[in-house]
Amino acid sequence: MPPVFVFARLTVQESSRRRLLLALVILTLLVVGFSAWGFNKITTVTRSDGTLLPHDQVSLITSQLLIVITFMYSGVLALSAAVVAGPLISSEVESGLLLSMLARPVRRSEVVIGKWLGLAILVTIYAAGSALLELTAVNWATGYEPPHPVELVLYVAAEGLALLSLGLVLSTRLSGITGGVIALVAWLMAWIAGVVGDIGTGLQNSALQNVGTISHLLLPTDGLWRGAVYAMEPDVILAALRAAGTAGRANPFSAVDPPPTAFLAWVVVWFGLMLTLSIWSFRTREI
Amino acid sequence: MGVAAAAPAIHTVDLTKRFGGTVALTGLSMTVPRGEIFGFLGPNGAGKTTSVKLLLGLLKPTSGEAWLLGEPIGDLGTRRRIGYLPELFRYQGWLDAREVLALHCELAPLSRSTWKAEIAAALDTVGLTDRADDRVSTFSKGMQQRLGLAAALVGKPELVFLDEPTSALDPVGRHDVREIIRGLSDRGTAVFLNSHLLSEVEQVCDRVAVVDHGRVIASGTMDELLSGTAVKVRVSGLDDSARTRLAAFGPLDDEGEHLTFTKLDIERVPELVSTIVALGGRVYEVSPRHQTLEDRFLQLLHEEES
Repeated sequence: MPPVFVFARLTVQESSRRRLLLALVILTLLVVGFSAWGFNKITTVTRSDGTLLPHDQVSLITSQLLIVITFMYSGVLALSAAVVAGPLISSEVESGLLLSMLARPVRRSEVVIGKWLGLAILVTIYAAGSALLELTAVNWATGYEPPHPVELVLYVAAEGLALLSLGLVLSTRLSGITGGVIALVAWLMAWIAGVVGDIGTGLQNSALQNVGTISHLLLPTDGLWRGAVYAMEPDVILAALRAAGTAGRANPFSAVDPPPTAFLAWVVVWFGLMLTLSIWSFRTREI
Repeated sequence: MGVAAAAPAIHTVDLTKRFGGTVALTGLSMTVPRGEIFGFLGPNGAGKTTSVKLLLGLLKPTSGEAWLLGEPIGDLGTRRRIGYLPELFRYQGWLDAREVLALHCELAPLSRSTWKAEIAAALDTVGLTDRADDRVSTFSKGMQQRLGLAAALVGKPELVFLDEPTSALDPVGRHDVREIIRGLSDRGTAVFLNSHLLSEVEQVCDRVAVVDHGRVIASGTMDELLSGTAVKVRVSGLDDSARTRLAAFGPLDDEGEHLTFTKLDIERVPELVSTIVALGGRVYEVSPRHQTLEDRFLQLLHEEES
């Protein structure tokens, strides 16, 4: 097996043996169970005249609640990716674990790509698995399903991968704790910058709008989150938001349009840049 | 076959490494023939581990050149023929010993059909066969060091770097490692042994180099290095000024009641005793002996300081 896949396999194996995956699966099942129960309660809510809410109204409430729950999932994924990626290389350099392996016929780029690949597989599996479970539960409880479930999974997974890539770059030079904290703060700041950009949109202030745009370019997590939100918005909500004009766009939990193609192309380039930077940084590091 | 096959295991020319303004190694030039056990000695921080990392391509030299098995350092193909036990040894605690060795077989890379025999032989050599299926996280430090040695041995390397290979081992383990090193040499493997355990080096090495402050201050075979006589004297009644005057008899290792003159011609012993008495000292015991590596090492460091 080429060294890239050996390191990818090791990364997956380590997460499994250290019971990280088990912990995530158990927590996810708990969240899915509780949220299914909660969603089911929506269908039993009665109006003042004692009648049940109509199906359309249940769907609308469900769609907005689902966005909030997905925000939690994307947060868990981003936090996990940052925490796991932060020490991915630095801890193995500091402990000496990599020394005997780097003395083998292994390129440092193979170590970096292999570790990224291993974590990327885990992030994607978690995003797809948790989405499948949550959407199935929601559908069972309320009969609602979001308009673009595949895109939803892709955007949430890409957000996790972005944090993973940032954590990996930092991990080539900084200690695990430092890298993880920086990645987390960057993720939160990108989200806040996105909110600032929303406010700029609402107020039609180009300076504030630029804050959002630049943050999406530097760390595309918030831009990807907006893509996930768009994938969950029902047509009725989209129409209402569009009718509200710029004010309808000033909300971190709403998206009127899908992410522009140029942004998606930039995300691909950004991933390439992050991996290239990680490889260069690790290759030039003296161990 | 050809030049590379006939080339020495290690050859360096003026290898130098600086970290910013700190000189870690300067002008290292040496040749280690195939099959030789080469001891690399020095106090902590002398530049021993830096030298190993430079040779393995983990660090980049500031200047100078080096070749392993006839190929320039950093060559990926050459690493197939090299084993390495780092000073900072650590292996995946969530794997068992057999899996760690399989990982090294895979990275080496060895043909999968040979893994089973290679792993069994390596485990047997280091005495870990009965712990082969236990997680590394349950191993003591000594057992992890044995595992590291086993990892360095898979694939029958032509050159093995052992960086302080017995730092975590008990006397039995140290004896075992010496036997393993001799066994490697017998089958033609060159061993680069980094150590500050002088008795260990003295027992197994064909040749040694002593490094201090990043510079090789002496090198040669044991016979070449240990040609002198050391004299140990048990005395009392000597004050500091008297002890200072005894410096005329060469490098002195002063341990209070015991003074060891690490290089002193046996013919000068009567003169030494009479001088001590003249200085007001009382002599209880005089024991000349062949210089040990420790005597020589201390002598070299003393000369280096002065």
